[in-house]
Amino acid sequence: MVVAEQKPFEEILEMIKAYDRLIVAGCKGCVAVCAAGGEKEVRFLASAIRTARKMEGREVEIKEVTLERQCDPEYVEQLRAFVGEYQAILSIACGVGVQYLAEHYREIPALPGVNTTFVGGAEKQGLWTERCQCCGNCVLHLTGGICPITRCSKSLLNGPCGGSSGGKCEIDPEVPCGWQLIIDRLKELGEFERRYLEILPPKDWSTSRDGGPRKVVREDLMK
Amino acid sequence: MRLDCPPNVKIIRLPCTGRIDTIHLLRAFEGGIDGLYVAGCLEGECHFLTGNLQAKRRVEYVKGVLKALGINPERLQMYNLSAAMGSRFVEIAREMTERIRQLGPSPVRTGKGREV
Repeated sequence: MVVAEQKPFEEILEMIKAYDRLIVAGCKGCVAVCAAGGEKEVRFLASAIRTARKMEGREVEIKEVTLERQCDPEYVEQLRAFVGEYQAILSIACGVGVQYLAEHYREIPALPGVNTTFVGGAEKQGLWTERCQCCGNCVLHLTGGICPITRCSKSLLNGPCGGSSGGKCEIDPEVPCGWQLIIDRLKELGEFERRYLEILPPKDWSTSRDGGPRKVVREDLMK
Repeated sequence: MRLDCPPNVKIIRLPCTGRIDTIHLLRAFEGGIDGLYVAGCLEGECHFLTGNLQAKRRVEYVKGVLKALGINPERLQMYNLSAAMGSRFVEIAREMTERIRQLGPSPVRTGKGREV
């Protein structure tokens, strides 16, 4: 999932200070699962904003709404009926959601209430970690199912480097060395000799961000 | 015992402090309450094992939010005591009442801006 975390309240309050009628828009997708932008977070953020405004003796009208997804036009369209009554939309979906709202509703600004952080998963309740950098050219079949691009701090394709010590990365003693993880996993799978000795060629980064904004086309699904 | 709780303390009963969500705490402050405390069972004594420990973390989280919003986080506290500690219950109610009295009314009600 796309993992996000709420921006500091001070930053959000500064961002919305010019507005007295506001939509706080959540998303029931990834950001709901990582407790940053779902229905519950919409309620909490709206309450926090109202509280802060009451302290200034200044009223704010907030419409609380949580869309099924903010990354699909048909759901984004659901704000159309009432968007004209408000001055801004504070979206706590990922960066995609904020941009979709901005593209759809051109009369009022769409503001980000969260920082979109990474593509990852939950390790346990309250802890999410990064797993994928969306390089667009997956090599997990060669590296025991552990991503060298994400888990190695240097994104080395043929690791580890000299900074690996006791299974940890030199950037932080808490961070496991991605290549140590790969080697351990390849040994578990009995693929170490075959895979590790194979030198991976330089990666074609044109599928990553180097080629500008990317797109996926599925003509069979198009109408 | 015959101990009196200060009349300003309103008690909201819950099956367990683990039922408390952060929005419950924040909404009380949005409504203009001057102070709020959560009275949970003693740590390690939760009938549901970790309800009071979860409540403690949520109280801490909301204290951080209050501070960010400019409300003195001292207005929110968590206490741990057992159902048999009646005199401690009253002591806490008095202690909290005194603390809030010193802090004065909530800035949410006065509309005078941040207090911290």
